[in-house]
Amino acid sequence: MLKFFAARLLQAIPVLFVVITATFFLVHSAPGGPFDAEKTLPAEVLDNLNARYNLDDPLYKQYLSYMGNLVQGDFGPSFRYSNRSVTEMILTGLPITFELALYAMLIALIIGISAGIVASIRPNSAQDYIPMSLAMAGICLPSFLMGPLLVLIFGISLDWLPVSGWGYAPGDKILPAITLGTGYAAYIARLTRGGMIEVMGQDYIRTAKAKGLSTPMIIYRHALRGGLAPVVAFLGPAFAGLLAGSFVVETIFQIPGLGRFYVQAAFNRDYTMILGTTILLSTLIVLFNIVSDILTVWLNPRLTLKD
Amino acid sequence: MTATQLKSAHSNTDYDSYSLWREASYRLKKNKMAMLGFWTLLALFVIAACTPWLAPYAYESQNLALGASPPSAQHLLGTDIHGRDLLTRLMYGSRVSLLVGFAATAVSLVIGVLWGTIAGYIGGRIDTVMMRIVDILYALPFMIFIILLMVVFGRSFLLLFLAIGLVEWLTMARIVRAQVLSVRKQEYIDAAIVTGLSHWQIIYRHVMPNILGPVIVYVTLTIPSVILLESFLSFLGLGIQPPQSSWGVLISRGVESMEEYPWLLIFPGLTLSITLFSLNFLGDGLRDALDPRTAKS
Repeated sequence: MLKFFAARLLQAIPVLFVVITATFFLVHSAPGGPFDAEKTLPAEVLDNLNARYNLDDPLYKQYLSYMGNLVQGDFGPSFRYSNRSVTEMILTGLPITFELALYAMLIALIIGISAGIVASIRPNSAQDYIPMSLAMAGICLPSFLMGPLLVLIFGISLDWLPVSGWGYAPGDKILPAITLGTGYAAYIARLTRGGMIEVMGQDYIRTAKAKGLSTPMIIYRHALRGGLAPVVAFLGPAFAGLLAGSFVVETIFQIPGLGRFYVQAAFNRDYTMILGTTILLSTLIVLFNIVSDILTVWLNPRLTLKD
Repeated sequence: MTATQLKSAHSNTDYDSYSLWREASYRLKKNKMAMLGFWTLLALFVIAACTPWLAPYAYESQNLALGASPPSAQHLLGTDIHGRDLLTRLMYGSRVSLLVGFAATAVSLVIGVLWGTIAGYIGGRIDTVMMRIVDILYALPFMIFIILLMVVFGRSFLLLFLAIGLVEWLTMARIVRAQVLSVRKQEYIDAAIVTGLSHWQIIYRHVMPNILGPVIVYVTLTIPSVILLESFLSFLGLGIQPPQSSWGVLISRGVESMEEYPWLLIFPGLTLSITLFSLNFLGDGLRDALDPRTAKS
């Protein structure tokens, strides 16, 4: 197990190296510098700015110094907010985005797995069709529609919950978490149903039934471990999707998380911020994919632990 | 594919696969939700294609004095704050959204099928390397990369569907490769090699017709995810740029004024959801129809 984990981590290093290098050169090949946005600056000011951010160095030198700083956890200064470093901005945004993603993931797992199990017990009955139709609705109502609709209903018409912010008023975390979580709850419900139906057809489940175990006991003791394998394999991509989804949810609910910073940086052409966030998010997603792979193997002893 | 091509493709495959298609279309026709999706989509395409003739108003026409008005006899879906007819804008927006959906899927189809076929057909070390590349790319956060591309190279229409197409081909490549691998082992491929057919002829005549089923299914399921991706980007202001409109642009405008003018959010949102519903139901129906094993579960 440890060897497998180490091998996976070692494999991630060249991947991350390629990602960081590609992102760096992509951002630096952008037409126009970060300082020629709205108004043209005097030549001397521009020269000074370029000198301050080392933009007048040859590209390979900038790359080497960036990589050097990166290894020490320094993402460089923000081009847009001259007195803040990218690391600082990431550190304020990341915990918020993580908290949001965590709640959304919990909602998705709890609702998705229970709905999927309920649907799988009696396939092609009302007990199957109702949760699965709801799941289809959840997939076809993207977050940028779901969010505003929830705001309209629970925030404005009923006036039950706050419609923006994060941690300022009681209950303001509920709507964003639901908005982000429902789409994934729907996917997880479909995956759970598929996985459970397959497992419930296996011989060892028939044996358990013959032994006289009750249905809940069979599901809990025997079926879940195999039936949830597709869900566990989906956790890596789901995490990546949740981080991307947080871009929209944080914009709708005005949450000062990493996603909102990223979208703003994209508009402001704040290159160091874009670069830093991209590198950080890629690293997180690559790491999470490894965790998801390991869990998948751990759940299914038939898969061997080689690369 | 024209009728004659289709006919020749069929005459080259064995009898079983011909009846497979017949059986599949029979099964599909029995699936009411899938057929409902099919007809809805057909109607949407016809409307989108004929928009310049069907639209009640010209795309640029606006009535500033009228401003935002709720649905009425003159403006069936109401007007936006600039007094532009929402139905007209929605119809033109559908053209953009559907075009991006299909064009980007086409890009992913071409790359994915070529990549998967080459890897699966040649096999060996080339296959390992090619699929390893796919694995690595899979691990990357694409949404972030698409945003990065749009920021760096400007928000152009062409780039949008190239970027989306370039990231959507991975699953297609995997599906095609797996399919090609299983076909490659069949005896009739050995027979074809013995008769002296070139590799491209074998791929075209024997491999392609056999991988068509899963590819069609996956295409139907890729289109909605691409449409969703475009709307997502346009919603954030990073996709289609006004004055051009798409479903994402309209929804994002609708959200800005949803308290005062809810119809500006509801109708574009409804159109997007109905399209996604139809494509997903049709895709699921096609999968069940073409793969009898899943149809039973």
